[in-house]
Amino acid sequence: MSHPQNATVFLKDKARAKWHDDTLWIVREKRDATIHLIPEWEQLRELASQIKDHTLSKLDYYLEELEKNATANGIKVHWAENAEEHNQIIGKILEEKKCKAIVKSKSILTEECHLNPFLEERGIEVVDTDLGERIIQFLKQPPSHIVMPAIHLKKSDISDIFHEKLHTEKGNVDPVYLTHAARQHLREKFLQAKVAITGVNFAIAETGEFVVCTNEGNADMGVHLADTHIACMGIEKLIPRRKDLGVFLRLLARSATGQSITNYNSHFRSPSPGKELHLILVNNGRTKQLAREKFRNSLKCIRCGACMNTCPIYRRSGGFSYGSTVPGPIGSILSPGIDLKKYSTLPFASTLCGSCTDVCPVKINIHEQLYEWRQEITKAQGSSLKGLSMKLANGIFTSPLAYKISGKMMRASLKTLPNSVIYNPLNAWGKGRNLPELPTESFKDWYKKNRNEQ
Amino acid sequence: MKNNPRPHIGLFIPCYIDQFYPNVAIATLELLEKLGCKVTYPLGQTCCGQPMSNAGFESDSEGTTSKFISDFAHFDYIVAPSGSCVLHVKKHSPKVEKLKKNQEHVQSNIYELSEFITDVLKIDSIKGSFPHKIGFHASCHGLRGLRLASDSELNEPKFNKTLQLMKDLEGMEIVELTRKDECCGFGGTFAVTEEAISVQMGKDRIADHVDKGVEIIVGGDMSCIMHMQGIATRDKDNVQLMHFAEILNRVIS
Amino acid sequence: MSSKASILAAIKGLNMKEKPLPEIPVFDVAPNLVEAYTLALNSNKGTVLTKKELEVLITESSFQKIYSSSPTFNQFTNCELPQHPSDFADLDLAIIEGQFASAENAAIWLDDSNLDLRAIPFITAHLVIVIKKENIVGNMHEAYERIGSTNSGFGVFIAGPSKTADIEQSLVIGAHGAMSLKVVIL
Repeated sequence: MSHPQNATVFLKDKARAKWHDDTLWIVREKRDATIHLIPEWEQLRELASQIKDHTLSKLDYYLEELEKNATANGIKVHWAENAEEHNQIIGKILEEKKCKAIVKSKSILTEECHLNPFLEERGIEVVDTDLGERIIQFLKQPPSHIVMPAIHLKKSDISDIFHEKLHTEKGNVDPVYLTHAARQHLREKFLQAKVAITGVNFAIAETGEFVVCTNEGNADMGVHLADTHIACMGIEKLIPRRKDLGVFLRLLARSATGQSITNYNSHFRSPSPGKELHLILVNNGRTKQLAREKFRNSLKCIRCGACMNTCPIYRRSGGFSYGSTVPGPIGSILSPGIDLKKYSTLPFASTLCGSCTDVCPVKINIHEQLYEWRQEITKAQGSSLKGLSMKLANGIFTSPLAYKISGKMMRASLKTLPNSVIYNPLNAWGKGRNLPELPTESFKDWYKKNRNEQ
Repeated sequence: MKNNPRPHIGLFIPCYIDQFYPNVAIATLELLEKLGCKVTYPLGQTCCGQPMSNAGFESDSEGTTSKFISDFAHFDYIVAPSGSCVLHVKKHSPKVEKLKKNQEHVQSNIYELSEFITDVLKIDSIKGSFPHKIGFHASCHGLRGLRLASDSELNEPKFNKTLQLMKDLEGMEIVELTRKDECCGFGGTFAVTEEAISVQMGKDRIADHVDKGVEIIVGGDMSCIMHMQGIATRDKDNVQLMHFAEILNRVIS
Repeated sequence: MSSKASILAAIKGLNMKEKPLPEIPVFDVAPNLVEAYTLALNSNKGTVLTKKELEVLITESSFQKIYSSSPTFNQFTNCELPQHPSDFADLDLAIIEGQFASAENAAIWLDDSNLDLRAIPFITAHLVIVIKKENIVGNMHEAYERIGSTNSGFGVFIAGPSKTADIEQSLVIGAHGAMSLKVVIL
């Protein structure tokens, strides 16, 4: 289904849609409040943007630096050209370890690579340990938001699934009660797991270390109890220097949720004695996006989710309406690069209001890239019906006479025709909106009568 | 103002204003004239090409853009009562190589009405009386594209060029909205391709004003106003919508 | 071609022009660092205690299993460091020394030299971190300045107790890790 169709369905449940909108708006407000406590906020965004631009412009160099330094630290570095290879690498490590169950903290990359179904098909139990991710895993759903994966669910939904899976009291919707039930359940999993998988927020070329940020502490619970830690990162997650983290850690959580920093910010440089640490560098289309100059800087994204929280369309259509791993504005500029046809409605799921661009902590010009994707998509689609009408429009607007005639005809026809037979685009207009009251004459006519100097 | 003591202004009236809202165009013209400007409306003008470009057909709008440049290149300034159309001409119209010099002149001398009055005419505010409770709708393209005001996303000093012009109007009260500058959901073709969300966004925007007792929603882009007016009329909301040019032209002595 | 070779070749093939790497300037910090730290920690749902207050709290509490790697509170340790961290699953209270803290966000830096086992600050039910007043810096830039190029296999900024808001955005403390964080400023 296209985005407009999905959005229409989402909006049918008025109360729930309003709740979704309000809830995410509150997150946006928290973000606003916290950034105003930082006088140098805009300067930090500019720094972050420049650091990422620089890194992308020398990405080959920094990837090799990272590999060299990480290897020297005792990290086993793997390279994966695509999702399949990424999954194979993990599958092989688990096979060597004879591992039949893993714990995994939040990683959008493993979602992108569809790691869970890959492992499950091989009889490996995957336990997502982030509370939101565990909830949606029980429901066999993908995340609807990259930072708040279960934001589309109400506590009653969660209470129901916990009652079924964790035998909590039926109808008990208290978030504290439900969270603590999950804590008990997941603690057992942590204590048993031999292999833990995490994502990566930042990898530092100069030190060969990487950083994972969580509030729950689930990444750390997993990796410090397991014997093997596998970390998966897209190749764009690099930054050059350790001190660059000062910039990014100041921006990330404030942009994401309005808190000043995530409560756990773990820097992994070498494994504990006797343990193993693997780092997988994944391409999966990123070098293709890098090659598209207009869309290159979408790879600066640090996955804070601020563009989703601020997006008036995301808030009113939900993450699933996008049908892509990363939803919302950033997803709408990343996804067409993966599959232009499948995601062709996403760049149009925007009013180009520009709010996403202004909240972005790394200053990705998201709304301008949405505009550019529209141009690419219409070119790729060739002469569709809409294309024809636009060409016709260009013809009308190029000639003053044609414009005048069509304008007159439109004003005349809008007056005489009943709303139901007004041509198609205006049908959609008229569903929830009236047409403007029509004046008897255009400004042009008035001007000719009232300003005679020409 | 430039070296010319009385520069010549080309009045750019976006096509839908010409056709649907002549009163806004008249108010813009009269206001500029009252402020001492020499204004001409080039009769051959049509459209800036924005509807095509935003729908993904920028390359098809070259003819429209060339026409726009030819119509306006000989003016010192080009002024329009629409931030959205001005932004399009400035930033998104396709490059026309053979009109390069003229296009650059047009792009660097086109202004939205309120920024023209504050930044070029250097007028701080308009005096007069307008005893009404208003809410301001900050249209996105003017706000985040032309930076006609500070937005709620950035950490920057607060300003608003349009409201600055209205700040001294006697009796006028401006309400603080819950969502100060959220989009109304018009978005050009978005209004019809994403009809459900578009209408919902418009309803939400109007409700923010109505909840705070706003009599008149004032804006600077008739496209947004047309969309919200359409919803307000359908839903029988007790609120009026107006372009700021109509107010300033009415109150100015 | 190996995936490494193909990825690197794809990037090199773009012949991108190098963009400048900016230096990070010095930013102003709060005038009173202890006060700023305390406020920041409170908003992360942690609390600042004096040495005395912590001693009273431990004496009056019913913590069964306590492990302190801070010499200041050595007397409270009542268990051995286990071989495997999972044997600390029932640890009630851990007391650890932090190296320094950032006042803007309450984050405290710990590395392998502070952690007898990396799992301790996460697996314990309650966590106390001890820092010295003079080791509170203004912001994260100063914090990374302090870390410099020290080489530790693991390091972590801890800024509060384990928390989640994944159920309808309701804040709940104690998701997987420590259910409270108390910071003693000496």
